[in-house]
Amino acid sequence: MSRSPRLAMLFALAAIGALAALGCGGEPAPGPEDPRAPLVVYSGRAENLVGELFERFERTSGIPVEVRYGDSAELAATLGEEGGRGRADVFFAQDAGSLGAVANQGLMRELPEPVVAPIPERFRDPERRWVGTSGRARVVAYDTRRLKAGDLPQSIFDFARPEWRGRIGFAPTNASFQAFVSAMRLEVGDERTRGWLAAIDANQPTLLENNIQTLEAIARGEVEVGLVNHYYLYELRAERPNLPVENHFLRPGDPGSLVNVAGVGELRSGARPVAARRFVEFLVGVEGQRYFATDTEEYPLVRGVRPDGDLRPLEEIQGPDVSLGALGEKLPSTAQMISEAGLGS
Amino acid sequence: MSAGGRLPLSLAVPAIATAALVTLPLAYLVVRALGGGPEAWAVLARPGTAAVLGRTILLVASVALVATAVGVAMAFLVTRTDLPGRRWWTVAAALPLVVPSYVAALALIAAFGPGSPLAGAVDSLPGVEGAPDVFGYPGALLALTASTYPYVFLLTAAALRRVDPAVEEAARSLGRSAFDTFRSVTLPLVRPSVLAGALLAALYTLSDFGVVSLMRHDVLTRVIFTQYRTLFDRTPAAVLGLVLVALTVLILVLEARARGGARPAGPPSGRPATIHALGRWRLPALAFCAVVVGLGLVAPVVVLVGWAAFGGARVDGAALLEPAVTSLGLGLGAAVLAVLAALPLALLAVRSPRGLTRALERVAYTGNALPGVVVALGLVFFAVRYAVPLYQTVPLLVFAYLVRFLPQALGGAHSALLSVGSRLEEAARGLGRGPAGAFAAVSLPLLLPGLAASAALVFLSTVKELPATLLLRPTGLDTLATEVWTETSTAAYAEAAIPALALIVLCAPVILALLGAPERRLEPGRPGAAPARRLVEQA
Repeated sequence: MSRSPRLAMLFALAAIGALAALGCGGEPAPGPEDPRAPLVVYSGRAENLVGELFERFERTSGIPVEVRYGDSAELAATLGEEGGRGRADVFFAQDAGSLGAVANQGLMRELPEPVVAPIPERFRDPERRWVGTSGRARVVAYDTRRLKAGDLPQSIFDFARPEWRGRIGFAPTNASFQAFVSAMRLEVGDERTRGWLAAIDANQPTLLENNIQTLEAIARGEVEVGLVNHYYLYELRAERPNLPVENHFLRPGDPGSLVNVAGVGELRSGARPVAARRFVEFLVGVEGQRYFATDTEEYPLVRGVRPDGDLRPLEEIQGPDVSLGALGEKLPSTAQMISEAGLGS
Repeated sequence: MSAGGRLPLSLAVPAIATAALVTLPLAYLVVRALGGGPEAWAVLARPGTAAVLGRTILLVASVALVATAVGVAMAFLVTRTDLPGRRWWTVAAALPLVVPSYVAALALIAAFGPGSPLAGAVDSLPGVEGAPDVFGYPGALLALTASTYPYVFLLTAAALRRVDPAVEEAARSLGRSAFDTFRSVTLPLVRPSVLAGALLAALYTLSDFGVVSLMRHDVLTRVIFTQYRTLFDRTPAAVLGLVLVALTVLILVLEARARGGARPAGPPSGRPATIHALGRWRLPALAFCAVVVGLGLVAPVVVLVGWAAFGGARVDGAALLEPAVTSLGLGLGAAVLAVLAALPLALLAVRSPRGLTRALERVAYTGNALPGVVVALGLVFFAVRYAVPLYQTVPLLVFAYLVRFLPQALGGAHSALLSVGSRLEEAARGLGRGPAGAFAAVSLPLLLPGLAASAALVFLSTVKELPATLLLRPTGLDTLATEVWTETSTAAYAEAAIPALALIVLCAPVILALLGAPERRLEPGRPGAAPARRLVEQA
């Protein structure tokens, strides 16, 4: 046993050394921008949706792009752990929540007013640290075998009625659902929102993990309606044209028709701030906006760029009059409220 | 090198370094949890947390039990009986390990879920009030068992091949039945391997997120992911991560107790074991194998082929080649590194058993019970601070695989060392060989089957690994697993099916090579067996 204490000490020293080193480490000094260096993008949006968009940017700008694809929230957590020491120039995310999480840690650079001006104020950060690039509306997806559009109510509050017992599905822990409940709180207050959540819970909904699973549950006949974002339906239809599911848009101004955004922000850590600015301008410019309208079935946010095909114009959906920037602060207490209502974890 | 003697520094230094490095994610969790202040710990006091903890423990315990029963039975059938097509069953029974567990879950939902033909058939039966629900605990148990029994199967089969048939023959000659011999003689000899497999199944279940989310079963990992995904809060997630580590410690203690006084067995004789004739049990045995392989491998493959055919996916071989080569390279790299890193830890724990060496080995299990994203964030945290040139490079990625999967190599290495023992090596040293030379010449060849099984486990886990790969890979580096993810994240199931099937096709020959070779090595006259025999005679 003679060696044991010595070895234990060695191990302890190694551990202490690692922990002691935690406090050190500095930020890399900013150097002059190398035009051949790639623009590093952390993309929470999937490659088969936006890969082509990055290629178009490369062609028009001549700037090479390096993309790291991942889940928006996990990339936001990664940027948080990097703490400005990484080399990402731009964060292109699925949802306002992920963008807000990174912005609130002081990792994003403020965008000048003229750059964000084309985007309506409610679709961007009040402090201009990120800007929405495309919109997705909350809708009620329904089983076309069992329901007709005319059977469906015009307000999300009507789904609290007992006649919907056992017929509803949604993803309570999904960011888009939590944003919608936050919007409801801002619109009608906490008391009415709690009442709605309790009534929905009493209707014994099927709780799912995300929007796609919710649509799948409708297609399987497990539930009749699902509270989802509008564009997942088009993704599923690309493979299954006969999917018996359709989107129902609620009354304009109803909390159930909230328009959420995917968006972008410039990161302080990047070595190519000039290229990053050109990328943001490209996304909120006409070419980027047209791409979202035609290739991803989303809503362009710039006035004058029309959405594709059978989508209602953004102006008609309206959604509740709340700022997405304000939603972020509500998220933790919303999650708490949803959890207290017995929905989700 | 007997217990209680001096620890050789040539083993202690790499063992300590490995243990310190693979516990970096634990250090990260401690830093995050302590940095969050008291409100972070409030997550533990939430009303739902106790129920979630209870569900987690129940799921882990039941998956470990069922996976053990299935894995041991399969291992016995393919190594000790005249089951037709044993070699084929060996590979097929190991392959579910390479099916991403969320694909296994999707297959079960397609087969048994609402709207499936099977559920429809049950519904149409008179007097039946709807098919039983696949979601929740039953579905999670089924999918996770199908994904994890191969751990038990591979390690137990390797151990069974090492058992000296003379022991079993003696028991039989004393009038014990075949089953009684297996239960009272063989099983105790392979117990360390069975337990090592059960441990891996339990830890996998602790860390899994894909299955429990699809099966809508609320366990700890789901709560952790909710913290990241909807609240963007890393602090309560870290606190819950530490709870996972605490559960891991509990499981390790239980496993050590169950392992108890397992004695190192004698060296393998190199003779093939007695093969039992199944007789009238042949059909039930085949049916059992068919059900297990059917749930774990055939159902997912059928679902994948169905997606591909139904959605009209194009097979673009050229586009798959690069990710396939990348997956293969990363898998082999991680497998070799993990076995090399596991050997010093296992050697110390087995041959110089004492508090410290056992603790070092156990500490290396932490990374395995944590969800991949937690391990990845921990390594991001350290790499951007102290190893910037390594950040988002292949070496760091392979190191992440080591952190996650080292226990899979440790389990096999440890139980192989136990069963081989050190007497032969001591004899070789008595004849003038140095410690390294004696190990390489005598023990290593005998250890190879166990080490090959270890390498196979690490390889299979690595090629399907996703969360750490996404965050730590060099930009633009695609593996088959990331290709599957890219497509499933936008519900392009037809396109996702092709790389998922490629993953299975890629792994089949690797498993065949790793599992096929050891049997030959143990035949008399092969390298390893012969020098060992000579040494015994000389000693």
